[in-house]
Amino acid sequence: MNGANTTGSPYAPHTAEETATMLEAVGADSVEELFDVPEEVRFTDEFGIEQRSERETRRLTREILEENDDLVELLGRGHYGYYVPSLVDHLADRSEFLTSYTQYQPEASQGFLQVLFEYQSLLVELTGLEVANCSMYDASTALGEAATLADRLRGGSGTRVLVPDLLRPGRRSTVENYVAGTDLEVETYPTADATVDLEALEAAIDEEVVMVYAENPTIRGAIEGNLDAIGALADDAEALFVLGTDPVALSLLQCPADVGADVVVGDASVLGLPTSYGMGLGLFATRGEYLRQVPGRLVGVSEDSSDRRTYTLTLQTREQHIRRERATSNICTNQAWVALRTAIHAASLGPSGMVDLAERGVVRAEGLAERIDDLPGVTAPVDDRRHLREFVARVDGNAETIRTDLEDRGYAVHAVDDEEIQICVAGATDEQLDGFLEALSEVTR
Amino acid sequence: MTERTRYDQARWTTDGEYEPLLSEKDSTRVEIGDDSPLPDELTRDGLELPERSEPELARHYTRLSQMVYGIDVGPYPLGSCTMKYNPKFTEDVAALPSAQVHPDRSEKSIQGTLELLYRLQDYLGRIGGMDAVTLQPPAGAAGEFVGIRVATAYHDHNGEGDRDEVIVPESAHGTNFATAALCGYDVVSLPSDEEGRVDLEALEAALSENTAALMLTNPNTLGLFERDIVEIAEMVHDVGGLLYYDGANLNALLGQARPGDMGFDVMHYNVHKTFATPHGGGGPGAGPVGVVSDLEAFLPAPRVRRRERASERSRETGADNDGAGDGASASERPFELFDPDHTIGHVHGFQGNWLVLVKAFAYIARLGDEGLEDASAKAVLNANYLASRIEYDVPYGPFHHEFVASAGEQDAADVAKRMLDFGVHPPTTKWPEIVPEALMTEPTEVESKGTLDQLAAAFNAVVGEDDETIETAPNHTAAGRIDQTSAARNPRLSWHALEDGDE
Repeated sequence: MNGANTTGSPYAPHTAEETATMLEAVGADSVEELFDVPEEVRFTDEFGIEQRSERETRRLTREILEENDDLVELLGRGHYGYYVPSLVDHLADRSEFLTSYTQYQPEASQGFLQVLFEYQSLLVELTGLEVANCSMYDASTALGEAATLADRLRGGSGTRVLVPDLLRPGRRSTVENYVAGTDLEVETYPTADATVDLEALEAAIDEEVVMVYAENPTIRGAIEGNLDAIGALADDAEALFVLGTDPVALSLLQCPADVGADVVVGDASVLGLPTSYGMGLGLFATRGEYLRQVPGRLVGVSEDSSDRRTYTLTLQTREQHIRRERATSNICTNQAWVALRTAIHAASLGPSGMVDLAERGVVRAEGLAERIDDLPGVTAPVDDRRHLREFVARVDGNAETIRTDLEDRGYAVHAVDDEEIQICVAGATDEQLDGFLEALSEVTR
Repeated sequence: MTERTRYDQARWTTDGEYEPLLSEKDSTRVEIGDDSPLPDELTRDGLELPERSEPELARHYTRLSQMVYGIDVGPYPLGSCTMKYNPKFTEDVAALPSAQVHPDRSEKSIQGTLELLYRLQDYLGRIGGMDAVTLQPPAGAAGEFVGIRVATAYHDHNGEGDRDEVIVPESAHGTNFATAALCGYDVVSLPSDEEGRVDLEALEAALSENTAALMLTNPNTLGLFERDIVEIAEMVHDVGGLLYYDGANLNALLGQARPGDMGFDVMHYNVHKTFATPHGGGGPGAGPVGVVSDLEAFLPAPRVRRRERASERSRETGADNDGAGDGASASERPFELFDPDHTIGHVHGFQGNWLVLVKAFAYIARLGDEGLEDASAKAVLNANYLASRIEYDVPYGPFHHEFVASAGEQDAADVAKRMLDFGVHPPTTKWPEIVPEALMTEPTEVESKGTLDQLAAAFNAVVGEDDETIETAPNHTAAGRIDQTSAARNPRLSWHALEDGDE
């Protein structure tokens, strides 16, 4: 080491000599003297955390994580493991990007601002809506923000938020927490064959409804065929139509603006991140007329002193650091770096690659379902719908037992209940799907 | 004084404009038609986006990265944001293939992930003096949200659900006010006393049976330790309220004092600040929340625990018959997820920003007690040293890891723009408002004396400069001074909006 301290923080560069000089400059005998902490709350004990070398820390972390089984994941339901090109890792890890923060000084942050502007533009193209922010935390928190937006727009008239009965429990629970400070109540409406039961939804809607939420594809991988009608029902009740989806689905399925969606939420990190134990990127797009009510950061165009086009965070009077308790959201730190990854992944695919990825999601999921349906004791897909990337199969045996048996053979699938398993093809290769089919035929035999 | 650093940020200009948008490099429309696997009525008509080759994209994003100032470029003393150096090896451990797991995996098959989360919960509990920790909140503001939701659940559980006020000091982070409002509370703003700390008389007046919580940062945003913290805690607890610790400034206190010992009931940690995970141009961070035992039952679901007795038994005897419901033995599955008894439920769809948590774990495991304590010691030394070298007035003290200088007659925003020209990132400006033309400065422990001297030189170079020089700065960054008013008056938020404007 270069004379810097070796027992303290390895990232504090001070030599003993420098420390002494600095203490002298501030007129203190020791660093402890600089702490104005009353004796009664001074911490004199230890945390009991051992210091380790970098090499030892890497070994420890690797050993812990290697306790994770190496499985072929055929899991989806809102979190997907699409292959992420090396280009994404290498460019996003450029340390200028990685080690910067919010662009409070846009003159020195043009590059990141331009990336975020391009990310917003990608979402505008995909959703057909005029405004997209540059990230919420994940799909669930974006949905929570959509509910509070609906509440603000209705000015307190109306209390009902309608969500499908199939909604992921964690997502529903998140929304309930977000609306806990309002008069809103989250209620479910029924689905049929994994998509919206239109008649039941119509019966559920009244003027108290401020927001109707639907997903495309739904959590069971089914493609929703009645988006227009759902949008019209919401519109009649002067409720917001909020659509949950993602950039891969949006590359192929109906454009949200064409079906009357007022807000689009979802996980944008289906492009950009591998499976990351649920870490995501909240997509949030809406109509231009709601611009002043949008939560989160927005990047806009401006001009600099040389009259050239530049980018800057804008309309910040919506945000917590200016508006405090009257802000549109409390969000500050967000998922900007994940948005960078998503933008690079999307750019590397290009429009043809994005459409192709989505189309293969249909062909491969439906193809696998057909092959599975040929196995004795298995029916797939359960839902009489077109599917993107995943589907549900019914098994004669106990679904949890079959799931466990598949796990023992190296494949992770989701057991929906005692009778159903769900299978997702998003991140799997064709060879892996062949191997899975073989394993499934063994465990259902 | 060291020689002043010369700095010119990369600036790519083509045809008189900066680096073109991807959409200006190419726009390709792909029609979705007859060869689509789906019928027309289920699909969009087409998609129009840039289609560029990998080498062209590598150049586009590399050029853009050159027009970004990060910690690896130079000092970044952005007050309240704790812009530390981000150790490179933490990126490597987060990129391990074994870290890439799906949240719907069985507990048995992701014991490594659960163990790492468990260990991080334990580390954070010790560091904050808290009894239980949730790792789910994906950012500091999300941590505040959990903390206040937990406070609500606690009061409701005790039949005191009519408490409808949260007290927040005037100088607090904007997120505190916004969080309390999001949770449905009336926000009671608390003025500071003349020395910049909580005014006890004002606090006494604000506290009542309506008080759900007081949200406090300690040291506060002026860097001052709230010396009366024990009395403050007693006053809040006397009226049945809870004391919330905003962890934004925890980097001042590691190894010196713990929120739990000061009487705080609930706190959040900003791992992207205190534990050096990268800020990523705005995020992702993570905002774990620690609570005292009385609040543990209300934490978000699920949390991770060790199947203590079973695993110990199996380790001692080699037996694996602990009778677990799923047939897995404790030795196979020592860690499990569980829902706290009175949980507030989820605040994120899954378990928060997992990859960030891996980096935070690695950072804490690397530093240990000695490293963490030294980090705060050097952070406080650096702030004091830097303050002693700059000519701007620092009205309040004694401060810790950050100080707030005043630009005096100058406009703090202009001072910041001018500082960019000297190859440093400027402080946070114009906040907290208690200091006129505030320059809120937090150098962190990672700067050497030499770099602090360079930073001081940048401050001092601006002190005597005339208005025109600072109002026309910066000149050495990729872009010149940007017109904020134009951006807000005429919002153009996508390349589509730009094209529409051109027509």
